[in-house]
Amino acid sequence: MKSQFNTSNVVVALVAAGLVVLPLYSQLTGNIFILTLFTRIIIFALAAASLNLIMGYGGMMSFGHAAYLGIGGYAVGILAFEGIGSGFIQWPVALAVSALYALVIGALSLRTRGVYFIMITLAFAQMAYYIASGMSRYGGDDGLTIYKRSTFGGLIDLSNRVQFYYLCLACLFGGIYLIWRIINSRFGLVVQGVRSNEQRMQAIGFHANRYRLVCFVISGTICGLAGALLANNTDFVSPAGMYWTRSGELMVMVVFGGMGSLFGPVIGTIFFLLLEELLSQFTEYWALIMGPLLLLIVLFARGGIMGLLGRFNRG
Amino acid sequence: MADPLLRVENLVRRFGGILATDNLSLDVIPGELHAIIGPNGAGKTTLISQLTGQLMPNSGTIHFGGRDVTALPSYRRSRLGLARSFQITSLLPDFTAADNVALAAQAHDGHSFRFWGNARKEKPLRDAAQAALTRVGLGARADVPVSELSHGEQRELELAVALATKPQLLLLDEPMAGLGVTESARMVALLKELRKEVTIVLVEHDMEAVFALADRITVLVYGRVIASGDPDAIRHNDEVKRAYLGDQHVVVAHG
Repeated sequence: MKSQFNTSNVVVALVAAGLVVLPLYSQLTGNIFILTLFTRIIIFALAAASLNLIMGYGGMMSFGHAAYLGIGGYAVGILAFEGIGSGFIQWPVALAVSALYALVIGALSLRTRGVYFIMITLAFAQMAYYIASGMSRYGGDDGLTIYKRSTFGGLIDLSNRVQFYYLCLACLFGGIYLIWRIINSRFGLVVQGVRSNEQRMQAIGFHANRYRLVCFVISGTICGLAGALLANNTDFVSPAGMYWTRSGELMVMVVFGGMGSLFGPVIGTIFFLLLEELLSQFTEYWALIMGPLLLLIVLFARGGIMGLLGRFNRG
Repeated sequence: MADPLLRVENLVRRFGGILATDNLSLDVIPGELHAIIGPNGAGKTTLISQLTGQLMPNSGTIHFGGRDVTALPSYRRSRLGLARSFQITSLLPDFTAADNVALAAQAHDGHSFRFWGNARKEKPLRDAAQAALTRVGLGARADVPVSELSHGEQRELELAVALATKPQLLLLDEPMAGLGVTESARMVALLKELRKEVTIVLVEHDMEAVFALADRITVLVYGRVIASGDPDAIRHNDEVKRAYLGDQHVVVAHG
């Protein structure tokens, strides 16, 4: 067995600890910006982690994952707009609608494989995008402003930056713990087995698609939660948030961090969003640098950043 | 004669203009080792794939244990006790040998919608896997990833995976393919043991192995059965000699 204290585990522990104490640093230095930035990073990390569950472990290249961010967000926004402000209603609805959407999309698109699967998930996400654009009552193209964040009966105040930050962090850690349990469970082994060799799994008695579909739904539901958080973070939802470029960004975050690595999406998201923040201070053409970087990672570091860290142990 | 465990009637499968399975009928009796031989392209693997459900026939029926399974998908047939090994090794390359076998055991232990407990720590599954691995001589290689196993070991693992599904009928598609002389001998010895417990359909090119193991042999040419009978009858069947054995007389003579 590998040592518990290998490079990647140490980095993961440091990053996790850093995320926990970050609000303290922000309070001490009065740097509010870093807290806002990392709240956003944590929410996207949760979305990326959910994508990693199907992409990294399940081998399902979904190019429409931003749809769940939008669906979760719109569930919160629309309910708030219609006067239902309680998070106890908003959030379960956000999760349920995301799950339902994933169930329908999954049942249809999981009949296909490879490029066709990518294209179908993309097509459905674009449909969701245009439906959102067409909802004139809820702002249409311009999006929907959320005037009041979800309320949880005084338990927690989402308008308080630090409390909201910790809520997001709890969701992220909870989500990763859930994914960790899943990938090591009977269910998780079946899903990973199907990624590895579907024909073999069928031959030994597994109805592969049933397991893939459930995995797809779990992933979509977790991402719907990220959507509900994101809507509360920005006090705003718009169709732009579910555009295909957003789905692409989520994929890049997963690939940066390392597909099929439990904590990889978190590292990848931090890397991606910090770099974007940094580069956009110098130039508006930041994608010109991000692109080649992605190319380098795909060409020379298949396992992403987590894979690179893993090499230190052997090297 | 006992009721057949497997009964194939008038099976037809076309690929475009080619008849890969041409009105083929076949019975497999419980307890026998039934070998299917034939030159390359005779449609042996096509037949096996139709028996396991990876491929659907154009017409004809397949009965297994008295039940019509012609329309059942492969995962359902596996649950009824039909297991196969693949001619071209088909395992889960990024899993360990034990994982591969444990998953096969898991497939036959209720549904797998269990999301919480660590499946690698479930003792019954691990024990079943270890038993099947030991059976095929891989007991000491349980924790080795499949990609690091030798070709011979992978062939043995194929067999362990099939065994772990507790099959009634084992369909072996060229288990000796690509094996060296000693490895082949080990595989033959292993099959001699297994045939005492389970009915086997063996597709094999290695004539020596086939004539040493089989109770009955069916000869396939261009998707058709040209002869079926015990090894002696097949050895002396003129049509078989003409159509197939021709250049392999020597092997058969001392086999």
